[in-house]
Amino acid sequence: MRLFTYERAKTPAEAARAVAGQPGAKFLAGGTNLIDLMKLEIETPTHLVDVQDLKLDRIEQTGEGGLKIGALVSNTALASDARVRRDYGVLARAIVAGASGQLRNKATTAGNLLQRTRCPYFYDTNMPCNKRKPGSGCAAIAGYSRQLAVIGASDQCIATHPGDMAVALRVLDATVETVNAAGEPRAIPIADFHRLPGATPHIDTNLAPGELITAVTLPRPLGGRHVYEKVRDRASYAFALVSVAAVIQWDGTGRVAFGGVAHKPWRIEAAEAAMPQGAAAVTTSLFADAKPTHDNAFKVPLATRTLAAVIAEGNAA
Amino acid sequence: MKFDTPAGANPTDRMQVLGKPLDRYEARLKTTGTATYAYEYKDVAPNAAYGYILGAAIAKGRITAIDTTLTEAAPGVIGVVTYRNAGKPGVGKFYVQKMLAAPEVDHYHQPVAVVVAETFEQARAASALIRVDYARTDGRYDLAAQKGSAPVPPQGEFGGPNEKRVGDFEPAFAAAAVKVDETYTVPDQAHAMMEPHATIAKWDGERVTCWTSIQQMNWGTRDLGLILGIPKANVRLISPFIGGGFGGKGTVQMDLALAAISARVVGRPVKIALQRPIMFNTTIHRPKTIQRVMLGAGRDGRLTAIGHESWSGNLPGGRTEPTVASTRTFYAGPNRLTRMRLATLDLAEGNAMRAPGEAPGLMALEIAMDELAEKLGMDPVQLRVVNDTQVDPEDPSKPFSTRPFIQCLREGAEQFGWDRRNAKPGQVREGRWLIGMGMAGAIRAGKIAKSGARARLDGKGIITIEADMTDIGTGSYTVVQQTAAEMMGVAPDSIVVKLGDSTFPETPGSGGQQGAPSVTAGVYAACVKLREAVAQRLGFNSAEVDFSDGRVKSGNRSVPLADAAKGGDLLVEDVMEFDKLKDQFQQQTFGAHFAEVAVDAYTGVVRVRRALAVCAAGRILNAKTARSQVIGGITMGIGAALMEEMAIDQRFGFFVNHDLAGYEVPVHADVPHLDAFFIDEVDPTISPVKAKGVGELGLTGVAPAIANAIYNATGVRVREYPITLDKHLEGLPAIA
Repeated sequence: MRLFTYERAKTPAEAARAVAGQPGAKFLAGGTNLIDLMKLEIETPTHLVDVQDLKLDRIEQTGEGGLKIGALVSNTALASDARVRRDYGVLARAIVAGASGQLRNKATTAGNLLQRTRCPYFYDTNMPCNKRKPGSGCAAIAGYSRQLAVIGASDQCIATHPGDMAVALRVLDATVETVNAAGEPRAIPIADFHRLPGATPHIDTNLAPGELITAVTLPRPLGGRHVYEKVRDRASYAFALVSVAAVIQWDGTGRVAFGGVAHKPWRIEAAEAAMPQGAAAVTTSLFADAKPTHDNAFKVPLATRTLAAVIAEGNAA
Repeated sequence: MKFDTPAGANPTDRMQVLGKPLDRYEARLKTTGTATYAYEYKDVAPNAAYGYILGAAIAKGRITAIDTTLTEAAPGVIGVVTYRNAGKPGVGKFYVQKMLAAPEVDHYHQPVAVVVAETFEQARAASALIRVDYARTDGRYDLAAQKGSAPVPPQGEFGGPNEKRVGDFEPAFAAAAVKVDETYTVPDQAHAMMEPHATIAKWDGERVTCWTSIQQMNWGTRDLGLILGIPKANVRLISPFIGGGFGGKGTVQMDLALAAISARVVGRPVKIALQRPIMFNTTIHRPKTIQRVMLGAGRDGRLTAIGHESWSGNLPGGRTEPTVASTRTFYAGPNRLTRMRLATLDLAEGNAMRAPGEAPGLMALEIAMDELAEKLGMDPVQLRVVNDTQVDPEDPSKPFSTRPFIQCLREGAEQFGWDRRNAKPGQVREGRWLIGMGMAGAIRAGKIAKSGARARLDGKGIITIEADMTDIGTGSYTVVQQTAAEMMGVAPDSIVVKLGDSTFPETPGSGGQQGAPSVTAGVYAACVKLREAVAQRLGFNSAEVDFSDGRVKSGNRSVPLADAAKGGDLLVEDVMEFDKLKDQFQQQTFGAHFAEVAVDAYTGVVRVRRALAVCAAGRILNAKTARSQVIGGITMGIGAALMEEMAIDQRFGFFVNHDLAGYEVPVHADVPHLDAFFIDEVDPTISPVKAKGVGELGLTGVAPAIANAIYNATGVRVREYPITLDKHLEGLPAIA
């Protein structure tokens, strides 16, 4: 770990100013990912701005009938909120499918969105990795890639977004609320929040430098059946090989997003029209551009089969 | 005391304390966090500095330059140890790995430097400032690619000859009515114990004392002496509590060697815990094996030809993974061929991991038996019954000391409800789950070795036992306590047990599942001597004395045991030595494992629903700790069957998933209800205590039982461990 300075901000705008004003500065919330990465010198911030005093830890009703989730609401608090459990079951289920109880107690809503990839080459500083060290190359593409992306990747990076929560937020059409150093708010649709790697895999999201997440807003409840199906080798405490977040209405229409397959939660709204025709009809267009590696080619049929299970369970119920 | 004839009746047969499910001797310490582990000692070396290892960034080649200027100038840094100032570290007798790249790099993450600083954080930060230039050369990392040129190596110290023939295998196999000829692979596996390797090393002149985490004190002192170039007698190791080992802490690893070397270089005590990635790519592991099993049988199921050929790889001079060991002794059959080939690989050293040889060997053999049973149309339990043997199949003059294998099979089948299994695969479905049952046999050598113990009786009637045995979570303290209590006729709380110090009488330590039988035999010898000393002190004729209820009795006379120490403590020491019985008898432990799995018909995800083991291991010393050993073994077998694999990057030559996030081992949610039962037996040929080990038996045979259950569920035979969903996904039922 490199030496760094530390401060605790009092307001969101102050925090944003503090980070925007100093190259190499980063926000610190729960620290469940950042601190680990700092120990390994994968992240080497010069200055940390601790946001824990910003009072962004409430879940409130919005005027539109949705929910506004403060950036610092813990994963545990969010997944156990009665309104979330009742109206946004896919979100509660996605959260409890991730990490462990202890980590969820500490991890925050904003931090969860910003967690970095778990690609093993990203984690080994002896290895080339364009995400960790731009221009150094990608060891993963021709390497051990069983966990990694099958679609939306580039010749620079095949990392995945590792989270579960973001996949549910994507299917719910959540909005990420931010504030910048000038105190100006911005609302970023979740679809535009995470980026594909392209030629800049070191940039995970479309946040501007110093832009601070203050909340995540959910629109009015969708009704329907909420499912989060996470497929993994180990029954718990493992990242998804493939996950499916779905909200399926009683007439068979619905929405679906996949985790574990791309650099961001993978959803194409146009493909959802085929939901009543079954899983393969959906995934054929969703994964039309898939370019899997030898190690992870199984993820494409697995995605179809997992969605089929989700649909079939609904039909059975 | 010499043990050279089968044991007759003796005080251990009373079973008043032995065998009982006593709570662990050290349970309170462990459950309150007050058992001190190696890295946690504060008072023994208050000025200890922290060492942090920089591992090599390449897998094969040499260091051409090291610049430590920035590191040496970094805050808190006391010294930097590299091959240039480390002296010339030797190599121990069991591992061939070199503790430092000097300057040749033998494998990825081989230690290049140790940075010693006032704090851990300073050492870690400074280690990132070392600049190392390497000249990289091509290495060999792919066993499959090296397989064709791998020789049958000369016989090593362990595991017997690498090629053995009985009868005439080839024509018998060619002529067999029913045959299986398949190849199986078991990947590189990590011990992945919870406590990392850790040491505090402190020199006093030419002598070094190390608080460490090591399973075998006698090998540890020997090997550290060789590495440091000092007499074994100048090495003291202290290791009372160990947070898991599974063979990965058998003898000296980098933490111990480099802490001692670094402490010598900087002139201060040094403590080092291996970083988790360093453990995966640097310490020993269970090496990958490719195994071809050829079984030929008559229509009656009797094996006529048994062939098992195995390939593993290792660093130059490293040992063969002895996968064929169990095939040599398990089943009857007149024509046999077992052969092991060894390739050279530039990966970290392959060496002992829980049931080396037997665990991976049976992962192949016991699937092959399942395949044979299916071809024969015979129940897999019955196939094993008809091929049972009561004599060593390679040497019929040598009977098994005890072999209730058929009893294990039958009782297991009964308790598990094996008769409910549908022999035709892919037939049982519950909602989205395909259900299957599988079983496998288990055999693991029942080893025992020379073992000493010291016993002291004080005036309060407390008996203190000392031995250099270790407790790696197995229950060593408790079985020593029970043996001593039984022998001396006292309550368990009158026994104090001190283990894990190399100045105590020598035992073989924890390894090869010989720890419990060996140390309890040594305690038996010491207690016999103590009984004699007590009787003599109290003026009894020792032949007629009874020790029970804390008293010494003969005829009408009954004296409190404590009285014998009124005139001063009684202190005795003895060693149990073993002679020819192990050559006259085939001493093995047996088991039958049963598993039920559910396979998601959609995703291929496998979950174990329940598992059962019925084991035979001579006298069971503690019903609770023995059961815990076996259900722990089943848990590890679930990992081997379903998820454990160190993935190799063939370009860079290293294990990529080198931490506990990437190398998955079972968590609670993977482990369903498990049961373990023991056959009520004693083995009088093994020792006067008549007990064999159970720790490795519990793992052996688990993974193939699960593999066979998966096949029974899906009808897709996977011969490559771990059985992850991608390997059978294509063969699962088509989706709507």
